[in-house]
Amino acid sequence: MEGNHSHDHDLGFWRKYIFSQDHKVIGIQYGFTSLLFLLFGFGLMIVMRWQLAYPGQPIPFIGTWFGEDRAPEGIMLPEFYNQLGAMHGTIMVFLGVVPLAVGAFGNYIVPLQIGAPDMAFPKLNMSSYWVYFVGGVTMLASFLMPGGAANSGWTSYPPLSVIATTGQTFWLIGMVFLITSSLLGSVNFIVTIIQLRAKGLTFMRLPFFVWAQFVTSFLLLLAFPPLEAAGVLQLMDRLAGSSFFMPSGLVVTGQALNVSGGGSPLLWQHLFWFLAHPEVYVLILPAMGIVGEIIANNTRKPLWGYKSMVYAVIFLGFMSFIVWAHHMFMTGMGTIISTFFQTTTMIISIPSIVILTALFISLWGGSIRFTTPMLFALAFLPMFGIGGLTGLPLGLSATDIPLHDTYYVIGHFHYVVAPGTIFALFAGIYYWFPKMTGRKMNEVLGRIHFFGSLVCMNAIFMPMFIVGLAGVSRRLWDGGAQYAHAQPVLHWNEFMSMGAWTLGIFQIPFIMNIFWSIWKGKKVEENHWEATTLEWAAPSPPPHGNFLTTPEVYRAPYEYSVPGHKKDFIPQNQPMEA
Amino acid sequence: MKELLHLPLDGSAHGLAIDNMLAAIHWLMLILFLGWGAFFIYTLIRFRKKKNPVANYAGVKSHLSSYLEIAVAVFEAVLLIGFAVPLWAKRVNEFPAEKDATIVRVVAEQYSWNIHYPGADGIFGRTSISLITDDNPLGLDRTDPNAKDDIATVNQMHVPVNKPVIVRLSSKDVIHSFGVPTMRVKQDAIPGQVIPLWFTPTLTTDQLVAEMAEQFQLKPEGTSPKLFEYIALKDFIAKDSTVVLKKGDVFSQDVVKSLLDAGVTQVLAAPNVTTEIACAQLCGLGHYRMRGYLSVDTKEAYDAWMADQVSQLPQDPVAAVK
Repeated sequence: MEGNHSHDHDLGFWRKYIFSQDHKVIGIQYGFTSLLFLLFGFGLMIVMRWQLAYPGQPIPFIGTWFGEDRAPEGIMLPEFYNQLGAMHGTIMVFLGVVPLAVGAFGNYIVPLQIGAPDMAFPKLNMSSYWVYFVGGVTMLASFLMPGGAANSGWTSYPPLSVIATTGQTFWLIGMVFLITSSLLGSVNFIVTIIQLRAKGLTFMRLPFFVWAQFVTSFLLLLAFPPLEAAGVLQLMDRLAGSSFFMPSGLVVTGQALNVSGGGSPLLWQHLFWFLAHPEVYVLILPAMGIVGEIIANNTRKPLWGYKSMVYAVIFLGFMSFIVWAHHMFMTGMGTIISTFFQTTTMIISIPSIVILTALFISLWGGSIRFTTPMLFALAFLPMFGIGGLTGLPLGLSATDIPLHDTYYVIGHFHYVVAPGTIFALFAGIYYWFPKMTGRKMNEVLGRIHFFGSLVCMNAIFMPMFIVGLAGVSRRLWDGGAQYAHAQPVLHWNEFMSMGAWTLGIFQIPFIMNIFWSIWKGKKVEENHWEATTLEWAAPSPPPHGNFLTTPEVYRAPYEYSVPGHKKDFIPQNQPMEA
Repeated sequence: MKELLHLPLDGSAHGLAIDNMLAAIHWLMLILFLGWGAFFIYTLIRFRKKKNPVANYAGVKSHLSSYLEIAVAVFEAVLLIGFAVPLWAKRVNEFPAEKDATIVRVVAEQYSWNIHYPGADGIFGRTSISLITDDNPLGLDRTDPNAKDDIATVNQMHVPVNKPVIVRLSSKDVIHSFGVPTMRVKQDAIPGQVIPLWFTPTLTTDQLVAEMAEQFQLKPEGTSPKLFEYIALKDFIAKDSTVVLKKGDVFSQDVVKSLLDAGVTQVLAAPNVTTEIACAQLCGLGHYRMRGYLSVDTKEAYDAWMADQVSQLPQDPVAAVK
């Protein structure tokens, strides 16, 4: 692999930029694709929020674009609303956040941070991206099917999903591609991190971000296969007449359903959540990793409790496999099983608190610079805090009774993923942009993006707790307007929608900033943030093969403000005597 | 705290325990959030670059955070062992004796709730999917002797107050969820399974309505309180002494103007329906309108309702099948 960069110039345009095997090009491909999907998934929500704020009123401006079978005269049909809901969830999680956190940041940053010239298996890496791409296109294409896209929620519970329109078949095929892509990627990350670390880079000297990606890869490797199997089984139920998830005696709209029967709808839920709970940590661990890097850099001091954070991440990884059924308390669960899952759920909250506390305490004694990446990283802490804390009443089965499947749940996981993970991902973009381009993103636009997004995110998600506590179910086409018990909180729907639309406006400076900075941004030197980790020892942007000289590591990852040293940072690759 | 959470009214025997636990958890959340938040903001101000140009390599030396983490773990353990597990055990293990309870079958379907009472004999009649028609959504076999006195309704569930209710829940097609916010119960209705749930209503629907009564200041359309369907709780008489709205009348936003025209500016009213059965699991395009009504009646009112239902039973069981 060392020799790769010598024939860098031999590659034509297609091999260099499209079917590239270079982890950095693949990382950027993942980055742009997933950002486009995030924007698209957010767009679906922008449209849904109109219907929630003003149920049954024609969507302005774009309402007539959707066609008569989706929104006649611009009024959104419930079946279209359900498609948008299912696809918003699917796209944001599987096509947006995970590919951005793991595919983009993992691919671009991990090899650089461990001092490797590339990933261990460059061809596997390339195929991982293209399999993801095909999965994404399949998902998008499902909107054009008769009956539209999948409409049974991102959880696709059978029997509803099995009797759903053709879009669900595309959803399942798309998922099989996406899972395959994740599996290829995760194997690659594990091997790369174990085998290709620079000389001297022991596990306890790994940047926290690499640890987070390492554990994430194991989650992807071990949790995704059950859903891939489940996806194939559901595909068989839909296409081949099997009944893995279909019980006997189903009657749909008065007609006995012609299925062989004998299956169990709950089996799907177990297989789905066996993936989907670790998936939550796939969403959150890389975010914690990014925040850790940025906090160490911008406080100019080592992360407090680095070791305890590493152990906590490993423990989180293990525990995330045995909490899944807390999503299923309302399926008729007995005391023993529910006690087990409540106990594991309470236990898993402890390492999360350890990591969050360590990040908070890391700030103490720092010399804090409020750069744009730091602002996003700082906001992650209380926002993820709210998301974590509101998980408590949901994780205990008794208090889950009034809250299950209400807007409280929506508020809870959006705090984890939106102002939580997505803020961390924004932070990562602002932080590593100079490495990827050699230029810096604009700070003024960055601040507008940050403060606008922070206010809007809270305006959207905080009222959801109020609405949920009032008992309003999620996934209602009219936002609860049918229900008397929803009346006292119904006015929040309009407020939340305003928040969502304004959030959209505040993404414009971000999009402008990316494109403007790629070509016109201020040129900066290779270690712009005066950081310690190895990626900053490579040129910006790093050439094919990454480092000009093979780096060697002599110390822990965050040696900032070491007493008696005249500079306030010592790079990991700086020899001891220097 | 419980007031701050603005939970729905509670008309069940076990609801208070759940509400209290919710309040305790929200106290914990609030204290942790404010504690962290105060530390966070103080730290950001005190250690900003301008104020503190040189960072301290070692950082915090104390082990306070470990004690804090242990305290949170202990609090969670207390919540779990002391409250969550016993409460749950009571919901799913300690069912009341069937003879002391009102027993109802609820069969969910897209998008309604089929309610099935066993009738005077206390035995549910045979049902079969081959008998399901628009008029017989349960597929009840009226030729079965046990089925002759069975009562079936759609979306209308009546139960007597202060007597435990056992619901045997199932579904004909997809997964639904039987959620009654005012009774603090929620249970998925899963096809192929019959799952029991129980609760004891302690307030009648009328009592709940009275608790929700509000004095409304009427204003021209658009600025009035969010009127859904409300029940007038007393007579409202116009200046010319005609009765505009009688006690018990249901009214909504569209009559506000006529009330105003008549000179009525204030009404005492309550939401028309307080005890709703809300589907809580996405079940298809009509999920949003899968609403049933649970009416908790006094024993006398319940008996009267039941007698009325019985009087409507088909006299010729064989004809009823057709």
